Formats: sequence, C-alpha cells, structure tokens
Amino acid sequence: MMRTWHSARRLLPLIAVFGTVLAGCGREDLSVLRPQGPAAESSLGLMKLAISIMIVVLLIVFSIAAYVMIRFRRKPGQNEIPEQIEGSFKLEVLWTVIPLILVIVLAVPTVRTVFALGDNHSGDKNAIKVKVTGHQYWWEFEYPDYGIKTAQDLIIPAGKNIAFELATKDVLHSFWVPSLSGKIDTNPTGATNRFSFSAPKEGVYRGKCAELCGPSHGFMEFKVKAVSNDEFKQWIKAQKAPAVLPEDPALAQTFKEQCLKCHAVGDQGLSVGPNLTGIGSRESVAGILLNDDTRQDGAPVEENLKTWLHDTQGVKPGNLMPDPKQDMGLTDDEIDRIADYLAGYKLN
Amino acid sequence: MAQAAHTLDHPKPLGHGVKRHTGLMDWITTVDHKKIAILYLWAGGFFFGIGGIEALLIRWQLIKPMNNFLDAQTFNELITMHGTTMIFLGVMPVIFALMNAVIPLQIGARDVAFPFLNALGFWTFLFGGVLLNLSWVMGGAPDAGWTSYTPLSTSAYSGTHGVDFYTIGLQIAGLGTLIGGINFLATVITMRAPGMSFMRMPMFAWTTFITSAIILFAFPAITVGLVLLTFDRILGANFFEPGAGGSPVLWQHIFWIFGHPEVYILILPAFGIISEVIPTFARKRLFGYSSMVFATILIAFLGFMVWAHHMFTTGLGPVANALFAVSTMLIAVPTGIKIFNWLFTMWGGSVRFTTPNLFASGFIPTFTMGGVTGVMLASAPADFQFHDTYFVVAHFHYVIVGGLVMGLFAGLHYWWPKMFGRMLSETLGKWTFWTFITGFHLTFFVQHFLGLMGMQRRVFTYLPNQHFDTLNLVSTIGAGLMGVGTLIFLANIVITSRKPMDAANDPWEDGRTLEWSIPSPPPEYNFKQTPLVRGLDALWKEKVAGNKGMTPAEPIGPIHMPSATPLPFIMSVGIFIAGLGFMFSRDDFGGGFVSFLFNNYIVTGLGLLITFGAMLMRSLYDDHGWHIEPEELEGR
Repeated sequence: MMRTWHSARRLLPLIAVFGTVLAGCGREDLSVLRPQGPAAESSLGLMKLAISIMIVVLLIVFSIAAYVMIRFRRKPGQNEIPEQIEGSFKLEVLWTVIPLILVIVLAVPTVRTVFALGDNHSGDKNAIKVKVTGHQYWWEFEYPDYGIKTAQDLIIPAGKNIAFELATKDVLHSFWVPSLSGKIDTNPTGATNRFSFSAPKEGVYRGKCAELCGPSHGFMEFKVKAVSNDEFKQWIKAQKAPAVLPEDPALAQTFKEQCLKCHAVGDQGLSVGPNLTGIGSRESVAGILLNDDTRQDGAPVEENLKTWLHDTQGVKPGNLMPDPKQDMGLTDDEIDRIADYLAGYKLN
Repeated sequence: MAQAAHTLDHPKPLGHGVKRHTGLMDWITTVDHKKIAILYLWAGGFFFGIGGIEALLIRWQLIKPMNNFLDAQTFNELITMHGTTMIFLGVMPVIFALMNAVIPLQIGARDVAFPFLNALGFWTFLFGGVLLNLSWVMGGAPDAGWTSYTPLSTSAYSGTHGVDFYTIGLQIAGLGTLIGGINFLATVITMRAPGMSFMRMPMFAWTTFITSAIILFAFPAITVGLVLLTFDRILGANFFEPGAGGSPVLWQHIFWIFGHPEVYILILPAFGIISEVIPTFARKRLFGYSSMVFATILIAFLGFMVWAHHMFTTGLGPVANALFAVSTMLIAVPTGIKIFNWLFTMWGGSVRFTTPNLFASGFIPTFTMGGVTGVMLASAPADFQFHDTYFVVAHFHYVIVGGLVMGLFAGLHYWWPKMFGRMLSETLGKWTFWTFITGFHLTFFVQHFLGLMGMQRRVFTYLPNQHFDTLNLVSTIGAGLMGVGTLIFLANIVITSRKPMDAANDPWEDGRTLEWSIPSPPPEYNFKQTPLVRGLDALWKEKVAGNKGMTPAEPIGPIHMPSATPLPFIMSVGIFIAGLGFMFSRDDFGGGFVSFLFNNYIVTGLGLLITFGAMLMRSLYDDHGWHIEPEELEGR
C-alpha cells in the first residue's frame, strides 16, 4: 500500500506538468481546455476522465508492445521454433472483462451528463430566451421577450441561464462557443434545436460555425459578450431606441434606399441581412474583421468597415451581400462616409 | 510494367481454340483474379496519388494563418475530393487488390466464385472513379464535403455539376464494390479447399468474409441515398428539401447508416493483414484465433448500431445520444481483444523485423491511439466539443492512415513477391516505414490539440493569434514527410520491377498459409492439384510434419478455366456514358444537336443500350470456358 502511494506520488509532478500544459493550451476565450462556464466544464470533466482511462490503457499497450518487440526479437543464428500457443482462456477473459469495466466507468457519467445537459431551460422563467438563426455566413440573435434582434455579437447577462432556440435560414450551421459550451447544429425549421448554457464571468468569448456551410464557413465567427445585469438592461434599452441616421440628409437618403432594403437600424429597415443597430460598438465587422484600436488583433472599427464595404467578396468569399459599388452604384466617397457613420453608431 | 512478364511466363496452350489476348487487350479482357488484383492495385494507387496531392495542397494552404495560396471554393472542392477519393477510390480498391491477390490462394481455390463479375466490379469502380475526377475539368469538383450534407449539397446551394459527379460517380463505383463484396462472400463460402472448415480459415480470409458481409448490408443504404439526392438535384424531387417537406436530417441518417459500417469495411481487412503478418514473422500461431474470429463478427455487428454517434450535435435528444454513446463504447471491447491477441502472438515468439512486420508492429500502438480517441468521442457530452473539430480529423486519420494504410503497406510488402515474383527492397522498405510513420505522427498528433484549442475542421484558413500557427506548421511538415515516404515506396516499386523475377514459393521462409505453397507468382490456375487442408495454418502444419509441400486432394486432371471477355469493360463504358448523359440532361447547350441529344435522354439511352446489349450478349451466348490439359501442366 505504502509503495503504491510512493510511486503515485512520484507521478504527481508529472500530473502537475500535464495540467499546466493543458491549461496553457489555447486562448482563454476560445479553448475547450480552459472552460469558462458550467456546460464547458462538464464536457471537460468527461474528457479528463476519458483521457485518464485512455492514458492508462495506452501505457499498458505500449509497455507490452515495447517489451515483446525487444525481448522476443530474433537474434542472429537463432533458429528454433517457438512453442505454438493456441491462446489462453484466462488471459482472454481478462482482457475482455477489464475493458468492459473501463467502458462502464466511462459510460455511467456519460449517460448522466447527457441527461444533465439535456436540460434546455425552455420553460425556465428566469432564463433569457434567445433565438439563434444561422445564415450564410452570419449569425442572427433574436430576443423574443424584448422584441429585439441583433447580429454577430450575442450580448448576455453573466450568470444567467440562456435558453437557446436554434434554426437556420439556409444550409446547416453549428453554433459553437468552445470556452462556454459544446456545439449544436442549426437545422431548418421543423428540426429546431434547443439548448442552454451560461457564462458566470463577464467577458468576451469567441464563437465559431462548426458545420461546413460554404466557402466562407471558416469566417462565420461571432462573439458572446457576457455583461452585468445592469449593462444588459441598458443595452436592451439602447437597442430599442429610435434609429440614428446619418446627419447629412443626402447620405441618409442613400443609406435608407440602398442599405435598409436588407438591413435594419433601430425601428427602421428590414431584417434580411444583419441588424446594424449599434454596429460601431461591436467586437467585429462581418464577424471576421476584429475591431481593436490597439491594432494587436485587428484594426479600428471604421477601418474595418471600409475594408468590408469596399471588398465584401474579398473579405468573405461567397457572401450574399450585393457589392456597394458594383451592384448598388455607391461612390467610394459615399461608402467611406457610410462607414464613418456606422463606426460612430455606438450603443453606450 | 512489372507484370507484363507475368503472361510470358505461361506458354500459350496449343490446339484448344482459346483466344489468348496480349498487351492492353489482355488487361481489358482478363477475368483472372491475380490480374484483376494488379489492375485494382494500379488504379487504386493512381487515385491514392491524386488524393495525396490533394492532401498536400490542403496542408500547404493551412501552413500559416490567413494564407491565400488557395481560394475558399477550391479549398472546399479539395477537401471533398480528398476524402471521397481516398476512401472510395484509393484505399478500398487497394483492399480489393489484396483480397483478389490473396483470398483464392489462401483458401486453395483456382479463382473467385464469379470471375466475370470480378472483372465487372473492377471496371465499374474504375469508370466511376474516372467520372468523379472528371469534375475537375468539367465545371468544378463537388464542394459539400465527402459527407455531402443537405441542403449544402442540393442544387440551390451547390450550383455546379460537382455534386452530380459525386452522386453518379460514387453510384457507379459503389456498384463495383457491391459486386466485389457479393463475389467474395460466395467465394469464401463455396470455394474453400477440402478440409478447410471455417475455423481453419486464415484470419485475412475471415476478415474478407465479414467485410464482404458488411458491404452487402451497408452499400444498399448509400445506393438509396445517392439515388434520392440525384433525384433531388436533377429531377427536382424533394426528399431532402425542407421547404417542400423533405428532411436534411434524413440524409445524415442514410449517409451514416452506410458511413459507419464503411469504417469497419476499411479497418477489418487491415486487422486481417496484421493477423497474417505478425504470426509469420513471430514464427508463432495467432494467439486466441477463435476469439479473433468472434471479435471480428462482433465488431461488424456492433458497427451497424452506432451510426448516430456521428450526429450527436444534430439534436436527436438525450435518449438517442445516451444509447448511441454506450453502444459505441462497447466496440472498444472486441477491438481491445484483438490488440492484446496480437501482442501475445509476439510474446514468446521469435520476431523478425522485416518491412511488413515493421508496419504491422507500428500499426499496433498507432491504431490503439486512434481507438482510444474513438472511445473519447463516444462520450456524447465530450463529443459536443470534439465534433467537427481537428480532434475528429486527428482521430479518423489515426484509424484510417495509422490503421488501415499502415496495414495496407504491411500487406503490400508482405504479398508483393507473391503478386509479382520479386521481393521489394528491404532497405527502401524500412526507409518508407520510418519516414511515413514519423511524418504521420507529426501531421496528426498535433491536430488533437488544434481541435481542443478551438479549430474547427473544413476551414480554408484561420485568423492569427489563436495559438494555431505553430501546430499547423508542424502538421504541414509532417504531411510532407509522409509524401516522401510514399515516394520512396514508389521508387522501391520501380527499382524492384527491373530486377529478375526470382522470388521463391515461400520467400519469407516462415509462410504459414496456402499461398506460400505455390510458385510466386502463381500460374494462372493457381493449384495444379487442389491441396488437402489438415488444420489452421495449413502449410505450417505440413512443414512441421516434415512434408515438402501440401498433400494434394485430387489427382492431376484437366483444369477448367473461365474465358477472357471484353464484356465487363463494355458494360462499364455504357454505364459511364449513361451517367454523364443523365447528369447533363437538364443543361442548356445553346440549342442545336447537342442539346437535342442530352435533353431527350438520348445519350443516357445510348449508354444504357450498350450496357444492356452487353448483358444480353452475355445471357444469350453460352461460354463454357476452356480446359488446361494435364500434359500442359506437366510440361511446365
């Protein structure tokens, strides 16, 4: 007993190193290995259990393999015929029963977690309801209880359960925020999915589309922004405020005639394309051009908007937005001024 | 080519009225399982090369973040074609090559049960594969992934003919696989030599038998799925059209009801190969033979009950997810039995590390790694994270490349002298092994971590600052090394083909099964006299008893042979034309004669006419084959 403990203790530094390596794996706002919420934690918990069992299995297999390959190697001149063994009932039962036990050890918590994560909070009065709609290649978030829609940035109050209802307008997508939860597909209506997660800590988390959905599948990113309850309430209010249009009446007219044929700001326009209300204060433009005034991860928002509006197909190949210059006849100057206007459209 | 000399080896029989073909016509008309094996090998190798180049292009694009070496559309076409080509046109034909080359010899038969069908299976596979790859030069390759999930693969979202090439090309190639599967079922059941009971069959014959049974049950599912998708796309049906009451989730079920058993269609033959190679080079009989047989059957059975583990994130609900999670985990048990049986075959043996055995020994730990990640993926709540990430990409490449491809390399090096009469160079073989396995682990081990760090699969590029850059670079370097390993193997083939054809009957000296009791390469009738099998490892048993070879089960007599015929080739050409015609039946060719031909299904009809005409000829014209007389056998 003592000896087992001693050898186990010798393994402790190894486990510690292993732990640090895992913790160092990836960004805090993106990595499965650095969970920031209970759903991601329970997935990682199962992963840890599974990987521990599997490392033991691998160690056993590797050791036996190394042993037989070294010990029973044919030496020069060795020519005798080894004993022909048919098998061994005892051994074969042993390596049938032990894997079976290991499988049960993993299967029981798996089933338990499957049902635990099956709770989608759809009937929970305290949960925030969000309808997620996947589009080629952007995400629409609707808050039915508040009557608002937004795109690309999902704003949620930290600590609250979010009850999601997910569907797609076109092809299949998959909604994935690795550091908060596992993913779930968006199917066409009729096979609508529901699930739930929460983000206890305030912060911005990276989300991705995980199901091949066309050329820009890799660029169908989004952000989840967990804010305090007060900030959330404020955001709702600002989102519902009347639209702010460009100050220059001519530009406002162009914006209305061209952009609001698909997009919406505040109470104006249509929601065919992404809602633009408060786009200046979002984390990214088009989900993929990260807004960062320090220029470490991206560029300032007005620059990103200009990059996007001048070359939508270059930024996101295959996207469905008509080209402002080619298809809508906007001049370079008008595009730049619309970009400036949108960059200034902030919600705080 | 190396095998040209093969025909020269057997002098033409005189005065039997048999038309002997030479050169290209010989290959087009052959019904000899040994030649069909070589055809499968070259064709499969060719497509394997194409799939490999596609893989290298994919890895080159991913070498650094925001790379613009390939555009997004081309990238999607490449990943789709890489997966489809490798599975259906690369590894499966090479599996069929080894089955064809070895199974009749291992069970002491003179050919497969249906030699004509065997040739037909090869030619439909080849024309299906050619059709699929023509998409590159005929308006764009399929771009919806090898899984071709609807609605992305419907005509609304995939406007080119790419996916049509996928559905019709795979349909034609799949016909060949189904035919091959039925053929090997019949061969193993009916053609075994006297004394070879089922429980005396070599393990590779067993896994071929079980694989063929899986093909028989799994391929009809994909056949139906592909027909439905073809109808949706070309005739405007709505099986998978959500707007018209169809269901995209239905496609996923149909695809994976085929797709998961397909995984076992791929890996079981590799299990069989490893079970032949290890005992030979350990000079010891396979440990726990009957539990190996039992485990194979169990894997095949369970393989049909786990398909929904590919759909944990589709939203089937906790009950389905829990059930499929547990059934998936259970497969670990029979697979574990196999791993330990292989290890204990070596235990107490006298192990020689030739190239085939190096690959077999490398297979065991590598495949085990793919197996354990498989069990991890089975845990549904963990899979919510793993699914559609590079973790999954790593997992299935460990199983298919680290498992199957290593098994195929082991098998090819092992049976090469039997197929071609020449030993591959051991030095180059060992170089192949070390570069390939090093490259393999470099490429795919790091991908586990990429997935866990949040990199989803099938992305044509990725943003910087996500900690993905270094690991992707390592992965690309590894892929290059695997390419080098494959090139060394090709060089080995070319160099070997210039050497004299001098392989002994039993070139590895420790052969245990019937194929090593006859010349390398075998004469076209395989066994002058059908051997009498007195136990498992029939040849080994005779060796131990001090006999020079097998005891014949029959006196020398005339041997009945099937006639060569071009009909399988012609039938496949017909299907090929019909497929192309159907695919373009709704296209506008600007009016005129071409439009008339295609839009009125005249091209399709013509193709079908050729095929059915050839079938009619086959039915009306009785070909009784021919005989090789005893004096010719003795004169050899």
